[in-house]
Parts: sequence; structure tokens; C-alpha cells
Amino acid sequence: MAKLNINGQVVEISAADDTPLLWALREQAGLTGTKYGCGVAACGACTVHIDGQATRSCAMPISAITEDQKIVTIEGLSPNGMHPIQVAWRDLDVPQCGYCQSGMIMAAAALLAEKPNPTDADIDAAMTNICRCGTYNRVRAGIKQAAGSRQG
Amino acid sequence: MTLIDNAAPTRRSVLKAAAGLAVGFHLPAKDVLAQAAPPAAPEINAWVVIRPDDTVVLRMARSEMGQGTRTGLCQMIAEELHCDWSKIVTEYVTPGQSLARNRAWGAFLTAGSQGIRQSQDYVRRGGAVARTMLIQAAADAWGVPAAQCTAKDSVITHGGSGRSVRYGQVAAAAARLTPPQDVALKEPKDWTVIGQSVKRLDTAAKTTGALVYGSDLKMPGMLVAVPKECPVFGGRVASFDAAKVASMPGVKHVLKVGDTAVAVVAETFWQAKTALDALPVEWNYGTNRAVSSQTIDAMLTEGLNASEAFVGNANGDARAAIAAAPRKVEAVYSYPFQNHAPMEPMNATVVWTATRCDVWCPTQNGEAALIATAAAAGLPQTSCDVHRVDLGGGFGRRTTHDWLTQAVLIAKQVPGVPIKTQWTREEDMVQGRYHPVTKCKLTGGLDAQGNLTGLHMRISGQSILSYVFPTALQNGRDPVQFQGLNAGGNDSQIGYSFPNLLIDHAMRNTHVPPHFWRGVNHNQNAIYLECFLDELAHAAGQDPLAFRRKLMGNHPKHLAVLNAVAERIGWGTPPPAGVFRGIAQQMGFGSYVAAAAEVSVDAAGKLKMHRIVAATDCGYAVNPRQIEMQVEGSFVYGLSALLYGECTVKDGQIVETNFDTYNVLRMDEMPKVETIVMPSGGFWGGVGEPTIMVAAPAVLNAIFAATGKRIRTVPLKDQNLRA
Repeated sequence: MAKLNINGQVVEISAADDTPLLWALREQAGLTGTKYGCGVAACGACTVHIDGQATRSCAMPISAITEDQKIVTIEGLSPNGMHPIQVAWRDLDVPQCGYCQSGMIMAAAALLAEKPNPTDADIDAAMTNICRCGTYNRVRAGIKQAAGSRQG
Repeated sequence: MTLIDNAAPTRRSVLKAAAGLAVGFHLPAKDVLAQAAPPAAPEINAWVVIRPDDTVVLRMARSEMGQGTRTGLCQMIAEELHCDWSKIVTEYVTPGQSLARNRAWGAFLTAGSQGIRQSQDYVRRGGAVARTMLIQAAADAWGVPAAQCTAKDSVITHGGSGRSVRYGQVAAAAARLTPPQDVALKEPKDWTVIGQSVKRLDTAAKTTGALVYGSDLKMPGMLVAVPKECPVFGGRVASFDAAKVASMPGVKHVLKVGDTAVAVVAETFWQAKTALDALPVEWNYGTNRAVSSQTIDAMLTEGLNASEAFVGNANGDARAAIAAAPRKVEAVYSYPFQNHAPMEPMNATVVWTATRCDVWCPTQNGEAALIATAAAAGLPQTSCDVHRVDLGGGFGRRTTHDWLTQAVLIAKQVPGVPIKTQWTREEDMVQGRYHPVTKCKLTGGLDAQGNLTGLHMRISGQSILSYVFPTALQNGRDPVQFQGLNAGGNDSQIGYSFPNLLIDHAMRNTHVPPHFWRGVNHNQNAIYLECFLDELAHAAGQDPLAFRRKLMGNHPKHLAVLNAVAERIGWGTPPPAGVFRGIAQQMGFGSYVAAAAEVSVDAAGKLKMHRIVAATDCGYAVNPRQIEMQVEGSFVYGLSALLYGECTVKDGQIVETNFDTYNVLRMDEMPKVETIVMPSGGFWGGVGEPTIMVAAPAVLNAIFAATGKRIRTVPLKDQNLRA
């Protein structure tokens, strides 16, 4: 039985120690916004924040996370979907199928928290998530718009 | 805490689960994804339901997988319905409902870039009929002629008196009227909704994690199955030792699925996967164990010179013209197997009983899914139904239903219990239905002035139809093989007139199953033809654009898009230092497209794609911004294929098992994309696929311009672009 701090609440997870955080979130905590894409930390669809750091949850066993580490998922990113990244995503119609977008948004939000005005090179380095529909150019535009809205 | 309820469900609890699921769709997605419930609100016709609160429910037969068809279809209905755009929600109809109503919603197939172009007439008509009935109902209530009334933004107004009424107030009366037989559709010049870059209707839930995909489905009592098929196509299960894993945490069942697969059913995915990984399985691989990429390549190479081949397009005598030409140019190109690799791995949730089978799944073809469900369930279609959810990517993979058949066969062994079958990425990679593998030998003759006198294009390789629809073969010939190379027709016509031409196909099939893959056979055909024309132009010492133009006099629409990208990229003017250009054009899926690329290749052979200009003439452009998104997306898909896309075969099985070995384009490699939408009117072309086919040849031609080295094999990942 692991105790995890998920979106501000401490939750008891009844799962084997080697269960990846992704599956504890999806199947024990019932938070399915975080997606399974590859299981080997290659695609980023499972990205969540752990103490503010963008983390690929599919390769992170729950035994490696302590109760005082703060996990934030797409469901907990903002109270009403009003994080600047989410607002920009809606404004620019960034998602296509949308399956990778929870991970994209979490990676972008972590980038903005660290670098409020990221350069193209910063975006290239931080945003290594896979999108098969091909939203990359709109993801880039969305990050820049969100950065601008925060400064304005 | 746990949300898993292991109590054995009764029939009633299963039905409640199903009902709860429908409600579950309503809440997070603000009705956008609601299943078609029995119409509590007045149904004006099959397409339009108006609720008393003026909500406009528009019904969808085609599936949404990110391509924006939901929004485009709504634009076309709304154009004629004159409804308040902000009041629109959509719902999927089920193929079972369609079956019961004589296919009232037409085709469900969402592939071939046809969601809009093949639905446009009847969905606009559906909107016009509904508007006519709503106006008639208001006119009847007022005792005035309908001709004196108009409708705008869901409000009907009587011109003489100024009285008005909302759609929601007259919907019940309208629903009782007899639909008019004939309605006039608006002329394109009068459109106010079609042609506008309205925002998508379905974005919000994709930004909060609220959208429920097939892999997110939950039902009380649901168990999760993780399957493994024999990794060699055509092989079978010899034996497996269920006892070794039966007592592992959460494991409920260890099953044989048909003759070819095993599956572990457990409380959770992770438990099922963990047990499956530990399950000892012996396979009877069969004779396909001896097949490898090398044996396939040898078979295809033999086909390049075989005497027998199916002719796709021919005029004059190409062989004689080439033989008589003072100069002959020849080249061999190759295109590999590729996996669709949608971000959401295959999945389906199934409840099977002896009398009924319901499935919930992402599919590109609800009707085909129903047929597959009924066949696997051993029940009539009328005792089954398919409840759709939005797809986490499709790209053609979800037009075929091997994964659904498997999911039903699993659920059939656990009657009455909802079973979600969820593939791992590894299973998705090695059990794909792949882009067909082909090679192509091109031979051209040039006269003393550098004019092309004859062209022979010999394709050797896999036919999709021979696997998927063998009955559609024409005396053994696969007409789909020649996409983009056809002499005529309004779908995929070649854009050049050659004095002597022969395009033929030596069909060489393998045990690796091919399938329609975004762009389909256009992808390699465009590379073969457009890169070889570039080779001929350089051999003739001519500019590649000028060389093409001489052959395009009879093809003004092909030429128009090519000219558009050439002008935008600045063809004929010097590019930035170190940057080189390439062009390509093709017609496919009813649209004319062209691309012009700017790339650089550094001294070590590293490619940088700076910019690609794309032009699309799709006849009518329903939503220009959606088209831009499809163009950008198709380039990511096509350029991923060019840079990295390759599935190889060893010991009869696919080698690449995940994104670490089947890489795709990432953001840092993405070029700037400039999209030119230039609808010339008078026809309806698709936009989901066409531009994918010109991305790779434009870049390959630019690489040659940069390096002088012609790359003829896809992908680029293991090739040195310079040495």
C-alpha cells in the first residue's frame, strides 16, 4: 500500500510496488487523462509533474515516489482548465486527435514554469513528446502565446 | 483505494454499466461525444434533433480521429439548417441504429479522405430538409405561407408581421410533418458557414484530460485483457502453461484466443501485462519463420524484371521508344513496411452474453466493426451493436478490425463480464497492418534535345486489395496500386502527358499483412515518379520545374498548384546560403497538391528541413484552418516516414517493437510549413491525406540539389546523405 500525493490529496494506492505511476493513476486513482503511449518513456503521452518537474510516469514505479512528493496530473493542472497553456491550446485549436495532448500540455506547463519566455531552442529541447497527428507547429505557437499572455 | 469492483456482474448490472457509460460520455465532453440515445427530444430527421432548449443535436456517422470531420460536417448541415452555431452538439449514431433504419446515415467509413467529400450532398440536404420543416411548422402555427418566413440563427421570422419563434418551440410540430421530397441547396456563392475557418467543436475536453478514449473506458466489474498473438504472422499457439501465472496478483483467466493468440485477463492492465510477460508460451511458427527483409527484397527485385505484370497506364510503345533513344536513364527505388503507430494502441471493450454482444471502441468504420463483432460473437448483427468513441489516431489502422475480433473472442470466454482488451505498444508494433512494401525500376529515354521520349515504371511488390478485398481485384490486377498514376478519372490522375508510357505492377505478396496507411500507395508512387522526373531533368541539364512544365500542358490543375508553390518558395531566385530546394506534385483523393521544400545538409550529412510550402486545390474548402492543420499534420506523418519509418522482418517477425526503434519526427526537426489553400470550385476533394504524398519527394529532391547524391531508399535514418 503506497501513499501518493496526487493533485493535492494524499491517496492510498493498493498496487504492487513495481506498478508504474501511470497505471496507478489510471487504474487505482481513476485519473485517465494521463495516457499510455509506449511504456518505455519514449513518447511522453504519460507526462505528469512531480514536484514541478515534467516526468514520464510510465517508467516510474510507485515505490520510487514518497508521500511528500507532489504529483500533478492534467486533471490537477488548473481548477477550471484555465492554465495559460490550456487557454492557448483552445484558442489555437492545437489538438487534433488529442491523445498525446495531456502529456504535451504538462510538458509545456513545466517548461513555462522554468522558463517564462522560452526560445525556440528551449522549446525544441523541452518538447520531445511524440504527436502522430502532427500538431508540433501549433504546440510551438501555443507555448509562445501562453508565454506572451503571462507577461502581458 | 480502488475503483475495481470484482463482484460478478448480473445482466442487469451490465446494462446499467452500459447506460452509465453513455452518461459518462455526456458529462466530461459537454455532450460532444454523447452516444445516440433514443430521441427524447424531437428528431426532425436522421441528422437533426432539436431540443426544447434550442440545443441542436447533429448526428454523425463518420468518425472523429483528429482530422476535424466532426466540425466540417456540422458546418455543412448548419449551412442549410440556419441554426445557432453556438447551440450545436454532436452525437455518434450506432451501426445498429443505421441497420434498423435502412442505412439512414449512409456510409460510416472514415478513410480515403472522404468524410466530407462523400457525405457533403446528403448532409447538406439533411440540413435543408430540417430547416424547411421547422419553417413550415412555424408558418402553420401562424396561418401564413411558409414562403413569407425566413430562418436565421435558430429563429424563424415572419416577414409581414415580424413575429418570431425559436427552433426549440416548433421542433415537436416540425417532427410530425412529412419531409419535403425536393429541397434546393444553396449555391456555393451564397455559403456563409462553409468556407469559414470556424473553430473546432471538440477542443476543450482535449485540454483537460476529460475526453474519454476507448482505453479510458470503465465499467463496474470490468476486467482487462492483455493479448499476445503469435509474433510470426500465420503461426499458431502450440502450448502455454497457465498454471505458472494463474496465482499472480489480480489474474482471473489465462485464455487461448482462437488458434493464434493467448491472453491474460486480470483486474488491471498492469497485472494482466505482468502475468502475460511471465506466461510460458510455445509457438508453432510455421514456414513463415524463414522469411526476412532480405528474402522479401530478393523477391521484389526479381519482380522488377519479370515478364508478367499488370498494366496500370500505357500509351504508345514505351519500351521501343526507350530502346531507340540516344540516352537512357534507369534507377531503382525502394519503400519499406511501416506501422501506422497511432498514439492510442488498439483496444476494445466488450460485453458478450449468449444473446447479445455490445462493444465500445474507436473505429474508422462502425459498420465494418458491427460485421466483425457479429461474426466473432456468433450472433446476428441485430443482436449486436458498436458504440463509438473518438479515436486516439487512426491513419487507416482502425479501418480493419482484427483487434476487435480478438476482443470479442476473449469476452466470449467470460460471458456477461465487461472485458477491455488493451494492446501494449509492443503488440501494436508487431501485429500491425503495414504500409505495403514495394520497389520500383524506372527507365526513361531522352532525345538529343533532352526531351523525354518514353517512360517505363515497373512497380514490384505488395497489393493491398489482394489481402483486404480480393473480390475487388480486376482479373487479378489491383487498381489501387496505381494511385496518382492513372490515365483518367477524378480521384488520382497522373499530372503529365508522356509521348510513350508504360506503368505496370508485378504483384509480389508477402506473409506480412499490408493495409491502407495514410496516403496509401500514393506515398511511394509519388516518390518514384517525382524523384525520377527530377533525375531525368538533371540528366537532360534542365531545370526540374521547367522540365515538368513541358509535360503538363494538358493538366492545368496539377500545374496550377505546382506553380503556386514554386512562386511562394521563390523558385528561380537564389535561396539563402547553404539552402537548396526541391519540388513535387501529385493528385490524390480528389485533390491537387504540390510541395516545395528548402533544406540544408551539413558536411557530416545531417539534414535540416527549414521550410515547406504546400498548395492544395480541393475544389471546395469547407474550413481553411482545418485544411492547414491537416497539411501540417500530413507533413509530420510523411516526413516521419521519410526520416525514420521502417519495419524490418527477421525470422518471420517484425523487429521494431516500440518508438525507441521505430522513431518518428519530433518538434526539433519540424520545418516551418506554409499552406496555400486554393480551391478552384466545381468538385469536392479530400484533405486528410493528399499532401502527405508530396512531402517526401520534395525533400528528397532538395537533398539531391544540396548534395548531388540521389537517395532512392526510404527511410533516411541509416544512410549517409553525402558519402
